[in-house]
Amino acid sequence: MSSTTLSAILFVAFVVFTLVLVFRAGRSNKQSSDFYDGGGSFSGFQNGLAIAGDYMSAASFLGIAGTIALFGYDGFLYSIGFLVAWLVALLLVAEPLRNSGRFTMGDVLAFRMKQRPVRGAAATSTLVVSIFYLMAQMVGAGALVSLLLGINDPSAKNWIIGGVGILMIVYVTVGGMKGTTYVQIVKAFLLMTGAILLTVMVLWQFGFNISDLLGAARDASGKGEAFLQPGLKFGKDVIDVATGAIDPVKTLISKLDLISLGMALVLGTAGLPHILIRFYTVPTSKAARKSVNWAIGNIGAFYLMTIALGFGAAALVSRATLFRGFKVDANGCLMDAKGMAIANGDVACTPLADVGTLDAAAKAMLVPVDPSGNVAAPQLAQFLGGGEGTTGGAIMLAVIGAIAFATILAVVAGLTLASSSSFAHDLYANVIKKGTASPAEEVRVAKISAVVIGGISIVLAIGAQGLNVAFLVAIAFAIAASGNLPAVLYSLFWKNFNTRGAVWSIYGGLFSAVILLVFSPNVSGAATSLIPFVEGGVRFDFFPLANPGIVSIPLGFFFGWLGTITSSERNLAKYAELEVRSMTGAAIGKAVQH
Amino acid sequence: MSSKNEQVWSDTQASPEFQDLKRKFRGFAFPLTVAFLVWYFLYVILTAFAREWVSTPVVGNINIAFILGLLQFATTFLIMWLYERHSSHSLDGPSDALRDKVDKELSK
Repeated sequence: MSSTTLSAILFVAFVVFTLVLVFRAGRSNKQSSDFYDGGGSFSGFQNGLAIAGDYMSAASFLGIAGTIALFGYDGFLYSIGFLVAWLVALLLVAEPLRNSGRFTMGDVLAFRMKQRPVRGAAATSTLVVSIFYLMAQMVGAGALVSLLLGINDPSAKNWIIGGVGILMIVYVTVGGMKGTTYVQIVKAFLLMTGAILLTVMVLWQFGFNISDLLGAARDASGKGEAFLQPGLKFGKDVIDVATGAIDPVKTLISKLDLISLGMALVLGTAGLPHILIRFYTVPTSKAARKSVNWAIGNIGAFYLMTIALGFGAAALVSRATLFRGFKVDANGCLMDAKGMAIANGDVACTPLADVGTLDAAAKAMLVPVDPSGNVAAPQLAQFLGGGEGTTGGAIMLAVIGAIAFATILAVVAGLTLASSSSFAHDLYANVIKKGTASPAEEVRVAKISAVVIGGISIVLAIGAQGLNVAFLVAIAFAIAASGNLPAVLYSLFWKNFNTRGAVWSIYGGLFSAVILLVFSPNVSGAATSLIPFVEGGVRFDFFPLANPGIVSIPLGFFFGWLGTITSSERNLAKYAELEVRSMTGAAIGKAVQH
Repeated sequence: MSSKNEQVWSDTQASPEFQDLKRKFRGFAFPLTVAFLVWYFLYVILTAFAREWVSTPVVGNINIAFILGLLQFATTFLIMWLYERHSSHSLDGPSDALRDKVDKELSK
């Protein structure tokens, strides 16, 4: 049996198993609130696993392992930012949010404000963040299929994206929060099991000596000691082409970009709506805290294992395989970025098969077919199972491939739930119906919006297949950190915060991040931009950083402050209620009265 | 929301028990947040601007950059443990007592 067939069988088994769970959960959903918070009755341990399942996306599993495999140390920076970020959620957000909200991020933001403007803003930013994140996951699903099943036919990729979209809609509309939580728990368990299996197998190869693993990765990378040091991907030294010396301004910009990325990673997590609503699925703030503890334990262990996965792939899987080959010209000669054939000593043309015989300088000129490295983890699995063409290799590839699919499905379900809850509870019930909608009507709207949002994401993801998955995730984090986190923190801890402050903070942070991205090298001015730059072509990259966080996050805080002090509205009585509720959990589960 | 309830909230907020709880929470969580953010950004800034230093090998092929990265993991787990200990020793009890008191007054 080929690994493709086996992969498909395992994946179908996962889908059938989770669908059974989801339909059973759907039958037990009695009250309308069950759709949003799963009855609020999960334990801290269960929710901790579900948070880990909700959080560790394809970008974590495939993206970080791939980045480490190709760029060495720099991939590790993602792992650290994604983990440390949980301390913001633990120390400042999880418990007070659990105590003072019910279903959505908007519940807490609008607690003491005018409902309509604040809920409108909260729903807008929830939808924007979630849809960017959804696109990233679904584009990742399409790419994964072509890698694992060897399908490059675009229509087949579109079918897969559509299939993932339909499954997530079914999970959410049938199972609500409870069903989604079950899917996430199962996925977290599978992902941890897979990662532990691969880690032990990698370390076994190196006699459990990390230093030997790193040394082997360095030797195989062709990059020398630089592979184990920061700087191959982020904060690079930029060389001035004319003088051959380091360009101080461009180098500084490149390093600021690294710090900006670090800021978005560490401050974005506690502003991700699909993470925030997970705190509502437990009965008390104490359970919310325990769930974050469990989540940190799982997520931290997983990110530690990315070291073994990434460096293991670098050491054991050949570069050409990791890159899915190198680009060749019309004559079949390996070529450099300018399309010139790369010479091998005296031979002008080097065929792909001879890539191993090139010297280090020639290797540095190779152009990878797939520079993302997303296949590193599955290919490492294939190698550890015995290599290509062996039964063991096929089994391992299929297992890890199916786990990657499960990973994507659990995350997209969480995102669809967060955006449809916010649409129904914030936008429909409170902005459009001004609080007169019945709970049953609200849930009906939530289910319809899950279908609509799922449909929109399918279309957007099919159109966005050329975009880099890590870039889409970084956008979502930057917007969450700029638009949501300042408003959440001010709401919980600043007495004078008011409606204008909340609205300015959310829209100010959101638009700062989006506008800076539009005028960044992500969109124009570079060879890798959305609009690839050609000599004399259009460019509007006025903002030199690829990551907007370093400017847009402070702006989010600034606009929140400015809006607050320029408006005379104060709501001290409601703040007394919010503060006491958030610190004690009094009146928990009782409807927030408007 | 009735004015009686409003009175309960504002009386509780002004009570010394609540102010004490708030001080114990903020006095712990806020400085710790500042500390871990400073420590995290110090790490990021060092990887960006002190490349030579962080590239110094320590044990075998493991350099300072790896040690610093692993220390970020260690401090994250440590802060989690410290906060859990602080909460269960000093915050949960007073917070539950206040919750019961407020809920009783609200249901009067």
